[in-house]
Amino acid sequence: MFGSVDSTMILAILPEILLTVLTGLVLIFDIAWKEKERKRNLGWLTAGGTGVILLVTWFATRPGGDAVSLWGGMIRADTMAFVFKSLAVFAAGTTALLAMDVEHLGNRGEFYILLLTSAIGMCLMGSSADLIMLLLAIETTSIPLYVLAGFFKYDDKSTESGFKYLVFGAMTTAIMLYGFSLLYGFTGTTNLYALAAGLASGELANMAVIGSALMILVGFGFKISAVPFHFWAPDVYEGAPTPVAGFLSTASKAAGFAVLVRVLLAVFPDITAQWGAILAALSVATMTLGNTVALTQKNIKRMLAYSSIAHAGYVLIGVVAANALGIASVVFYLIAYLLTNLLAFGVVSVVGSVIGSDEIAAYAGLSRRSTGASMAMLVAFLSLAGVPPLAGFVAKVWVFAAAVQANLIWLAIIGVINAIIGVYYYLIVLKVVYLYRSDDEDKPLPISRPNMLALALLCLSIVIVGTIFAPWWGFADTAAAALFVP
Amino acid sequence: MQFPILSVIVFTPLVTGILLMFIPGDRKNEIRVAALGAAGFALLLSLWVYFGYNHLAGGYQYVEKYNWLPALGVSYFVGVDGMNAPLVLLTGVVMFTGVLISWGIDDRPREFFAFLFILATGVFGVFVALDMFMLFFFYEIAVFPMYLLIALWGWKVTREYAAMKLTLYLFIGSVVSLVGALAMYFQSGLNTFDMLALEEAGFSTQFQVFWFPFVFLGFAVLGGIFPFHNWSPDGHVAAPTAVSMFHAGVLMKLGAFAALRVGMMLLPEGAQAWMPALIFFALVNVVYGAFIAMVQTDFKYVIGYSSVSHMGLVMLGLATLNKTGFVGAGLQMFSHGVMTALFFAAVGMVYDRAHTREIPKLGGMSKEMPLVAVAFIVGGLVSMGMPGFSGFIAEFPIFMGVWTSGSSPINTNWPYVGWVGPLIAVVAVISIVITASYIMRIVRRVFFGELPAEFHDHIGDVTALDKVALVVLVVIMVSMGWFPRLIAPLVESGVNNVLRLFGGA
Repeated sequence: MFGSVDSTMILAILPEILLTVLTGLVLIFDIAWKEKERKRNLGWLTAGGTGVILLVTWFATRPGGDAVSLWGGMIRADTMAFVFKSLAVFAAGTTALLAMDVEHLGNRGEFYILLLTSAIGMCLMGSSADLIMLLLAIETTSIPLYVLAGFFKYDDKSTESGFKYLVFGAMTTAIMLYGFSLLYGFTGTTNLYALAAGLASGELANMAVIGSALMILVGFGFKISAVPFHFWAPDVYEGAPTPVAGFLSTASKAAGFAVLVRVLLAVFPDITAQWGAILAALSVATMTLGNTVALTQKNIKRMLAYSSIAHAGYVLIGVVAANALGIASVVFYLIAYLLTNLLAFGVVSVVGSVIGSDEIAAYAGLSRRSTGASMAMLVAFLSLAGVPPLAGFVAKVWVFAAAVQANLIWLAIIGVINAIIGVYYYLIVLKVVYLYRSDDEDKPLPISRPNMLALALLCLSIVIVGTIFAPWWGFADTAAAALFVP
Repeated sequence: MQFPILSVIVFTPLVTGILLMFIPGDRKNEIRVAALGAAGFALLLSLWVYFGYNHLAGGYQYVEKYNWLPALGVSYFVGVDGMNAPLVLLTGVVMFTGVLISWGIDDRPREFFAFLFILATGVFGVFVALDMFMLFFFYEIAVFPMYLLIALWGWKVTREYAAMKLTLYLFIGSVVSLVGALAMYFQSGLNTFDMLALEEAGFSTQFQVFWFPFVFLGFAVLGGIFPFHNWSPDGHVAAPTAVSMFHAGVLMKLGAFAALRVGMMLLPEGAQAWMPALIFFALVNVVYGAFIAMVQTDFKYVIGYSSVSHMGLVMLGLATLNKTGFVGAGLQMFSHGVMTALFFAAVGMVYDRAHTREIPKLGGMSKEMPLVAVAFIVGGLVSMGMPGFSGFIAEFPIFMGVWTSGSSPINTNWPYVGWVGPLIAVVAVISIVITASYIMRIVRRVFFGELPAEFHDHIGDVTALDKVALVVLVVIMVSMGWFPRLIAPLVESGVNNVLRLFGGA
């Protein structure tokens, strides 16, 4: 079917192949290491393995020239795919490090296997060029995540979280699948890059195209947790194990944006005005609702959930702008956001497992208990707030710049106002960490080695992306340029 | 290649701040000494920049330019002219004296100095930036540490409220300016944030008139312009002494300077069109600020509102758009920075010992701390614009500039004619009288008279380090008053650099 398999084809899916091998290894060692204590080392295996895969991806599969379709048009090898594969692998590795010392999670082989399987799905999401492949990729990502969210069987909140995620996910995926089938019915093809020509034949009512686009947006809207498809996010993040919530809110969301941008630009270039208007409305609603509701949260995981909804709204500004700068800013924002939110959830996981609470008030006195944890908190929340020299600042500037360039100054202004609201509640958390006292403040707060490694790595990455931004912007720019179909 | 002195000045505080975090938190004296060393080093380098600047040659000197994000025209581009060289020195001085005065901070001094130094890096960065993106980058760096510094080490009664209010005001201002700056970037079509290139972009008058208020006011919020001044007295009062010094002494200049550099210099026609409105707002600042200061009973609030009033003079000088006014504004930025740093230092020393700032409860402080009284009186004379002190050579040109401001034709639709300038100058001069009244009231009530009985046992003289800080500040103000040529020619060359954008010197 594919003709002869050559090296480009292998390279295009090399990260997925290696992740599959790593999953197999984890499975074997899970059986080989019988004692519970040794199973924790599966985390080192996973993290080390993803590190190697990241290096291989970086040096062997960086796409050189033009984007090419491979494997019978199923897979697209371009910079976009490369960037999002790297992000997924990186997120899986750091999540493994952060989860290692979480009770009932880090010493379970299934956890690492599900995590890696989900990462394989995300890698495929970044490079799918066909509706069927896309659906498979999304399901490969989602199904392990449903299980991961409900991983704590003894904990009602976690079970509820997994179930809620499953119900919402199944429903929106069904609607999206219906949209896919309409597209296939209209055009007789499933290839993303052939669909646009089919839709443009002129025989279709515009409404039909817009209708199928809307259905597909429902599915993608769920993945990126845009309003009104956001209801699951706070409950799922609150109930899921914290490292899983971090993985959900970053890698899964980034992969969702990757397919959103790719499909909109490849399949629906002729109705840009219509989906632009719809997404502009979604963006405003997402930012505003996310930020205002976050203001009132008492639980830090719920607050981060609403904040991550708000961040999806900022990213949508870049999608709405839909120019080269806009799409590049989307990619750059997702890089910055992934690092930042992983760090935020990482600290919450580390601190939460010691103090045994996720209430914001329980963070009082943290700066006197642990310099490391409070500094990581500072970096994460200031980067979320968009303060230089951290990654969040540059990312926000370019998203707003894209809106100004596309003459959407009103949208930029709304984004800016929302950014101010964000500053308020992020600073409130830092105030609790640094200012308030607590009775436990002289007790030390131990941070285990893998956690320390993950937090330090993320802090460093955030500062590097925020100060030396030219190389990352280069990737984002090339990725965006390859998406615009000539 | 020449020594990258400006970059070293900008990054010395940041690097020190990061290194401090690696010293164990309980080794407080080592932390203080390290902080003082870094501040002294930065001060020496800024003295070098100040005295090494060749004002006869003019223009931008010590220029460094590196690509930062070439695809979008962002560069790391620094240089000083006669306008910002004094401000770099001012920052060095305030940072050095601020560290001296903060010696007594006992709660987490490591974090305190680290945040203070990150703030200093932001301030230095803005003053030397010649790239608009870089200016915003450092501007935001200068804003956020204020929140933690005030909320953590401030006055317990109002610190949380004041810190949040200040931060939100300044963030709103800066992002409004940012949108305007992005509009300029795209409108120019040059694909660069280089401000020297954007000066030549030739924006249409309509564009300039539309965007000027956004960009100017966004920054002027930090300059304390009416009606957005409200955060500033609250913030000054709640902040710990060194932060008040930094804030009123340096940060408010940051706002005025950025409003000049980005707002006025890149959108000169917009500035001309809005000039009468700016004059009006600045006038309100000057007079209203002074009146409010007069009725305060809290010692620190008096100084806080006097800052609003004196920053109004800076704005007034800038708003005249003529040479005399600009020179006055440039001198006033430096003079007020030193003066208000001294005021807040003195307030802090009194409060630390008396534990109250209510003027009626104080008295007789000159008996216990004579040097503080002398320094405060010198600062008071400066703020009244007495000849022989720096305030005179700064404020006098501002009033002169305002007086003549209506006589040369300005491109505006407002009825701003010849007799308006003198009228505004006369109204503005009233502020001098009011200033004299509240300063003399403080001097009499706080420093002279009877020392209240309850203070007898716990009030002593200030430490040697405090005295060093006060003497440094006093010496600067007096020498500037007696030898204006230490600074005036420098500022004048900077003003020529500005005026070329307003149709020549």
